[in-house]
Amino acid sequence: MNALNPLTRQRLLSATALIGFFVLWELACLASGVSDLILPRPSQIADVLWTKMPLLWPHTVQTIYTTLTGFALGVSIGIVVGMIIGSSKLAYDVAYPLLVGFSSIPKVAVVPIFVVWFGAGTVPAVLTSMVISIFPVVVNVATGLANTEPELEDVLRVLGAKKLDILWNVSLPRALPYLFASLKIAITLAFVGTVLAETVAANKGIGNVMIIASGNFDVPMVFAGLVILAVMGVMLYVASAFLERRMTGWAQRKDSSGSVVMA
Amino acid sequence: MTDPFIELSNVTLQYGGGTLALAQTDLRIPQGDFVALVGPSGCGKSTILKLVAGLLKPSSGGVVVAKREVVMAGTGPSVEAVGGLAAKVRIGLAFQNPTMLPWLTIRENVMIPLKIVEPFRQDWARKKKGEYAERADALLAQVGLKGFGDKRPWQLSGGMLQRASLCRALVHEPQLLLLDEPFGALDQFTREELWAILQSLWMTQRPTVLLVTHDLRESAFLANRIAVMSARPGRILEEREVPFARPRTLEMSYSPEFATLVQQLRMRISHARTPVEGDPPETVPALNLMKVSA
Repeated sequence: MNALNPLTRQRLLSATALIGFFVLWELACLASGVSDLILPRPSQIADVLWTKMPLLWPHTVQTIYTTLTGFALGVSIGIVVGMIIGSSKLAYDVAYPLLVGFSSIPKVAVVPIFVVWFGAGTVPAVLTSMVISIFPVVVNVATGLANTEPELEDVLRVLGAKKLDILWNVSLPRALPYLFASLKIAITLAFVGTVLAETVAANKGIGNVMIIASGNFDVPMVFAGLVILAVMGVMLYVASAFLERRMTGWAQRKDSSGSVVMA
Repeated sequence: MTDPFIELSNVTLQYGGGTLALAQTDLRIPQGDFVALVGPSGCGKSTILKLVAGLLKPSSGGVVVAKREVVMAGTGPSVEAVGGLAAKVRIGLAFQNPTMLPWLTIRENVMIPLKIVEPFRQDWARKKKGEYAERADALLAQVGLKGFGDKRPWQLSGGMLQRASLCRALVHEPQLLLLDEPFGALDQFTREELWAILQSLWMTQRPTVLLVTHDLRESAFLANRIAVMSARPGRILEEREVPFARPRTLEMSYSPEFATLVQQLRMRISHARTPVEGDPPETVPALNLMKVSA
């Protein structure tokens, strides 16, 4: 073996696996002669992506916009509700069954209701992605807040700290890793919610493009939409993971104190 | 003894589950004294410490700190009650677990009391970069952590964290220092080194100290007075003056007099563990319960 450092080698292998996957797909399609109505070749999908990009781009922007709006709303509500529930044992016990009940409703089921209330369009998609991203945030923030070490709380109470002092100086920072862990989940879910609502009741967005293309048996186009969704999903995940590392580096137990920005 | 700084009179504490932790306990500690509480595990040593801190309320009896009733029997140990005591008496508290906040540097951790306790609190924004940071650094240097102020807690060993925890308990110059097994999780060498450090900090600042420990050598090395407790329900069986001159040294702790004191304490505690005839009545329900379940 040549002397590549482990990280470079790992990245090289990952890239090889990724490219290898598409090459295999291409070859398998060519060898079996499967119709592009069933499974288009990656080269056909790439061709559609390239030639139809001017058409696809506004829909891509629409989907990102819807996802981020719903995500932002959902996270804001989730943080507030999580703080209320997590700051008192009583609120936690009272609200928990309700939360579990709500979060176990399949979110597909709420799309028709939103359509009835707000009509087809962007609003149901934003609301779906909002609703879907609230719960992981609520649960994680509440858990994070409820997990303050009792001994530390004693140390502060003996100093005369008020509830607000403890919340601000200890409980909230301690809950941050939980919050960021939930953001990674919530962003992926928000994305799912958006596409779901777009396929059911929208006139714009990648989900809408895919449902129309599949109606026209334009399968390469459907797959092109899928590729765009995959790329966007990865990008959103990476962005929130990056934010998480920046904000809660102290929770990752690294040996350098470099990227810690909290004070 | 006139006007003790801490006074527990006839204190009984029964936990919610019915466990009687303390029975008719009396304890008087004058200002500036250093008292160690020793006893078998589960005897209510930490309970006494929490009562004095105002973190628990007695079921009956009174706890007075600095001529002020801490928590009257029957009222809740609310944050307000504790805050009320803290407004009058500055208290420092350290546990076996150093409980440093991982997102702060060691210096910032040590400075936490200055951010919360008056009169330091009102100048926090103005002095946190200057005077308060210097104060924390000076204390850190005293416990042998010079230059570690900018490190994060996870970069330090357990012993180093416990030193920082001591600094945090002392940075606001408390009149009352409460220590609950502060060196319990440390190795023998670190522990002995920290005894000497705590002694010198006590000799400079002169807070009233209540130290809970199960290490008899530790109590004999550090305290002016040792209160020996019985097994649950805890009571104070005996108070021993520790005659050794200060500053005490490690060599002294290997002297025959020291060994004799530790041995006597040890014997007293073994005796306390064996059942005594004419048990106090509060153990009777427990015995009945055992018979029923058997």
